[in-house]
Amino acid sequence: MRLSIPEQELMTPGHLACQGCGATLAMRYTLKALGNDTILTFPACCWSVIDGPFPYTSLKVPLLHMAFEATGATASGIKAALEIKGNTETTVVGWAGDGGTFDIGLQALSGAAERNEDFIYICYDNEAYMNTGIQRSGATPWGAWTATTPVENFNSIFKKNIEEILAAHRIPYVATASVAYPEDLVKKIKKAKGIKGFRFIHIFAPCPPGWKTRSEDTVKLARLAVQTTVFPLYEIENSEKYTINIVIKKRKPVNEYLELQGRFKHLKEEHINFIQENIDKNWEKLLKKAGLI
Amino acid sequence: MRKVIMGNHSLSYGALLSRVQVISAYPITPQTQVVELLSEMCASGELKAKFINVESEHSAMAALIGASAAGARTFSATSAHGLTLMHELLHWAAGARLPIVLGNINRAMAPGWTIWADQTDSLSQRDTGWIQFYCSSNQEVLDTIIQAFKISEKVLLPSMIVLDAFFLSHTYEPVDIPDQVVVDEYLPPYKPKYVLDTKDPHTFGGITSPEYYYEIRYKMEMGMRESVEVIKQAGKEYGELFGREYGLIEDYRCEDAEIIFITSGTAASTAKVVVDELREEGKKVGNLKIRVFRPFPFKELRRIIEHAKKVAVIDRNISFGHHGIFAQEVKSALYNHSNIPVFGFVAGLGGRDINPQTIKEIYHITESNEYPSEKVFWIGVKK
Ligand SMILES: Cc1ncc(C[n+]2csc(CCOP(=O)(O)OP(=O)(O)O)c2C)c(N)n1
Ligand code: SF4
Repeated sequence: MRLSIPEQELMTPGHLACQGCGATLAMRYTLKALGNDTILTFPACCWSVIDGPFPYTSLKVPLLHMAFEATGATASGIKAALEIKGNTETTVVGWAGDGGTFDIGLQALSGAAERNEDFIYICYDNEAYMNTGIQRSGATPWGAWTATTPVENFNSIFKKNIEEILAAHRIPYVATASVAYPEDLVKKIKKAKGIKGFRFIHIFAPCPPGWKTRSEDTVKLARLAVQTTVFPLYEIENSEKYTINIVIKKRKPVNEYLELQGRFKHLKEEHINFIQENIDKNWEKLLKKAGLI
Repeated sequence: MRKVIMGNHSLSYGALLSRVQVISAYPITPQTQVVELLSEMCASGELKAKFINVESEHSAMAALIGASAAGARTFSATSAHGLTLMHELLHWAAGARLPIVLGNINRAMAPGWTIWADQTDSLSQRDTGWIQFYCSSNQEVLDTIIQAFKISEKVLLPSMIVLDAFFLSHTYEPVDIPDQVVVDEYLPPYKPKYVLDTKDPHTFGGITSPEYYYEIRYKMEMGMRESVEVIKQAGKEYGELFGREYGLIEDYRCEDAEIIFITSGTAASTAKVVVDELREEGKKVGNLKIRVFRPFPFKELRRIIEHAKKVAVIDRNISFGHHGIFAQEVKSALYNHSNIPVFGFVAGLGGRDINPQTIKEIYHITESNEYPSEKVFWIGVKK
């Protein structure tokens, strides 16, 4: 059998993530796709812990830890330094959580995207601030419990549409990916590697403690998110060409996805219907943009 | 080559001659000309550097941290609100031991909105681990930038070159712009020992337990202490090559002085004029300019004022609830070493003039009181 995913491992097993952490799968596949000649920068996030304590690291590529809101700018600086020194080969990657991307880091991200900086920005999305103990972020879905949106007052703000925000910057490549679809993920990262300019990849990465799910369900949940079209897999090229990579013909009802997660346990039928309606609307919009209806 | 240039352009020429490789900055009055000229130099090819037009000062510093960690010589300039927005990353740059050089035009903080001189912006950054130079002339600004790269790259701590808004930033003075060939001889290219390199991968700045963090900070402090000698050496070598020598402090007619002004920035130049005038009147007075505020020049300061009867510290800044910041620092430097009365004066906040009359008033208060009758004297407050 021919493997489509490179065998090379650039992440070691001795990391500090929780069992079933989707963010580790995201990193592992990303580095397989990118190879050794990659420099990473992280802001504060779960990954600043996962990597391991000084003097250890679980990554075999150079990594610069940085402040929470700084990823877009830091990666710009790394790229500028490499270029002035004549290195145009090395891939620079800004790797941040959803909080560091949707919220506090949005300004630096927008600046870098606007300048069309030549690096890849990857957001692994676990839909809350997990590092500080599961508080709401701009990526937290409607209806979810978090430590700052208790069940009596669950999150009633919609998840920010980060893809559209990035696409509005006219960057060459925006894509969503999921740890449940590694071939698609690796393909997109490789594709991004071959493009010049600002590339944004949004990876869906379930988090068992944050979502109150079983560790063994991470991949199942990530797959259900795609099959219910809670998190569709698609690309936006040059802010106009939409391609849905996995077109779901028979979409699963959202409840199949929600019921596995403690963070949605408090929802009533009317809430679930409301969520379903919204997903339906979003999916239809996306199909239209992709020219499929 | 001699050229009449504004203080801001002294920063730009200093960066040009230092062959900076990455510049990232965000505009703020009164800093704008610094980076405007640099962006022109980059565009024309006179300076082979990447210029990143970021969306904030926070990002400007973040970009330089990335670039410096990746092995480039980096420069930025800012002022007041820009500097204070960078605050978090000033800590970061120093903690990461990156030799970034930053020009800061001293401007007062709002409210009320003001663009005029005041040192509280940069002095609020004194505990971030940056070396701080306070300059009094455009020539000194240019010369200090070049020295700062040499010093920072040796001790692995960033440097801030500070100059007063408008009194220096917008004042035109003749400046000797040294020959690039000689500057190259003085300042070799930045060659970091540890760098983001895919052939030799390392992680920088990761999570650090109490077992290690403490020692990392101790090493930073050792770097700061080592910088005292490095600054002296760099200033001396500079003198040998360019004819202008620099130290941690600059003393003017202090040998037999009974009263010594302690000043910084442009107030130092005014104080020197007043010293000459008072000397004409037969007063034994001198001026000690603190050029390097961090590391604080303990030894040099104590040595110079040893024979004086009183010192008068002039602060264009205030730490609310305490003193002017230089006065605090001078007092702490003298504690257990000398009983010389230290008179603390706050003057010139928010761009109020510190003119010869102001300094003469300060002199008279100091002369006519045996001990300071007030913890701190506010000069020229309209009642
Ligand atoms: C300026 C600043 N504010 C707050 C924090 C505290 N903080 C560290 S990580 C984090 C949340 C990170 O969330 P996210 O980006 O979603 O990544 P995750 O931890 O979920 O992987 C916060 C709030 C910080 N480090 N810096
Ligand atoms: S809290 Fe969630 S994202 Fe963070 S390490 Fe654990 S599983 Fe991964």
